[in-house]
Amino acid sequence: MAINGFQIKDIIYKITDVIEENKMYLTELDATIGDGDHGLNMSKGFQTVKEKIKDDECKNIGDMLKKVSMALISNVGGASGPLYGTAFLKASSVVMNKAEIEVKDFAKMLEEAINGIKARGKATIGEKTMVDTIEPALNGLKEAIENNLTPLECLEKMHDAALRGKDSTKEMIATKGRASYLGERSKGHLDAGAVSSYLILKTIYEEIAKSR
Amino acid sequence: MVGIVVVSHSEKIATGVKELASQMAPNVKIECAGGTFDGRIGTDCNKIIESIEKVYSDDGVLIVYDLGSALMNSEMALEFLDGYNKEKIKIAICALVEGTVAAAVEASLGKELNKILNSISSLNINKG
Repeated sequence: MAINGFQIKDIIYKITDVIEENKMYLTELDATIGDGDHGLNMSKGFQTVKEKIKDDECKNIGDMLKKVSMALISNVGGASGPLYGTAFLKASSVVMNKAEIEVKDFAKMLEEAINGIKARGKATIGEKTMVDTIEPALNGLKEAIENNLTPLECLEKMHDAALRGKDSTKEMIATKGRASYLGERSKGHLDAGAVSSYLILKTIYEEIAKSR
Repeated sequence: MVGIVVVSHSEKIATGVKELASQMAPNVKIECAGGTFDGRIGTDCNKIIESIEKVYSDDGVLIVYDLGSALMNSEMALEFLDGYNKEKIKIAICALVEGTVAAAVEASLGKELNKILNSISSLNINKG
């Protein structure tokens, strides 16, 4: 099951729509325990992404993802700019000059992305951040690939692990980012970055499932 | 003379810190990278790159920052920066206001980059 550049572009467009639909939700989550700009920042970034890849010919997926990265780095403003920017930049290097990708390529992209995010944010699992969604998602995906599940089943496992990871941030106490200033008070609320990364991974899974 | 880049989420904070430090050390080159390119609260990798380019000399550049993403964007700016000696550009981990004022004064006295970094390291407030 290979995914081509045109499908990737459609998935990125869909991610933009999902971020837009959830703009206020993400901002409310962030306002409760952070600085309250996550939804608006992500919206700003992904609207620019849409514009920047509009004329991309979809022949080089790595190049297209690099454009996504640069748009996020230059337009988001909050911590999610350098974090998602780094994630897409690292992922882009895995598929540079490729016109289509397999699920194994995607696992490698996700692995590079999470390593980039952890290095940039100096974060590890359990600190109430996007790492808590993406790292379990990667592990779920890798395990499914090792067990020879179908590509779609692999993505489903990734989605399920991402969902559990996202929900796990609710009871965590933040030690990174603006929420860390609140300490105990950050408990009982989902982390906005964990939710936005869940929405992105969920959209990737759903869009590919839909096209089957 | 070492140049200084002030990175803050708020343009007003960056400008204010520069104003304060310049009063003590008017001849030191200080550039502000405060807020996003469109005037929102946040930090901006491109603004930081431009500011570094404006104050760069062979004596080096010291970057001072306020919160979380200011550090991430400063590190990213350093990675993207092209054609400069990156050994000469350092990110200081210190309280923004105190660190900038102290660094500006030391720079105005002609101190070397690493000596300035050393002497303001005591102003670390568990950042970074």
